Amino acid sequence: MLHTVNKSPLDRNTLESCIQHALKGSAVLLIEDGVYGAMQGTQKSPMVESAMKEVSFYVIGPDLKARGIDASRVIDGIDIIDYSGFVDLVAKYDKTQSWL
Amino acid sequence: MSKRFLYVNRKAPYGTIYALESLEVVLIGAAFEQDVSLAFLDDGVFQLTRGQQTDELGVKNFSPTYKALGDYDVNKIYVERESLEARGLSLDDLLPLTYEDEDDDWAEKDSIKLVSAAELAEIMQAQDVVLSF
Repeated sequence: MLHTVNKSPLDRNTLESCIQHALKGSAVLLIEDGVYGAMQGTQKSPMVESAMKEVSFYVIGPDLKARGIDASRVIDGIDIIDYSGFVDLVAKYDKTQSWL
Repeated sequence: MSKRFLYVNRKAPYGTIYALESLEVVLIGAAFEQDVSLAFLDDGVFQLTRGQQTDELGVKNFSPTYKALGDYDVNKIYVERESLEARGLSLDDLLPLTYEDEDDDWAEKDSIKLVSAAELAEIMQAQDVVLSF
């Protein structure tokens, strides 16, 4: 399954809840304010780094750029993708769950 | 008789309209010659990050507008230290916001003041009006 998260993990618990319900082999895509979850060195980055052992993480590049987050500050191993990459992910996984 | 106004900003810039709305209200309010302060805490500190580029999203990058606040005599901009640290940020990651001090031969000074949560609580208490976004 593909999970999408569009809220900041420092403001809402959606990313945390998503991670708790994401099974091994699934993917999490961070979009809109969810991209703050891809940043290194935040209160929430250890949670994401731990989840990355079993779940693939992706983040939307244009959403990072809009918020002034340079690619160098993204957690190593998170794949930065564009909108066509978003489409590819939706096509690759059988289901999508949007954590709103 | 001017009143003390504090605008409290707690939301990240583009996921919701709050940040832009707050900035517009601040600019409108600046015309009324009140004693205006801005506070940035929680995800609100993300509003002030450098290097925002929104062209691929098709929305307006309003972050350069914060640099104009000094020209409207809005020069008390409080950023909460705990909120920055929780997000792995430091002052160097924020826009350089300055104003020219008319009481000091128009010397250019920093508008941003880094404060603790406890200090910000006192700043909030000292206001006549608090507007939260």
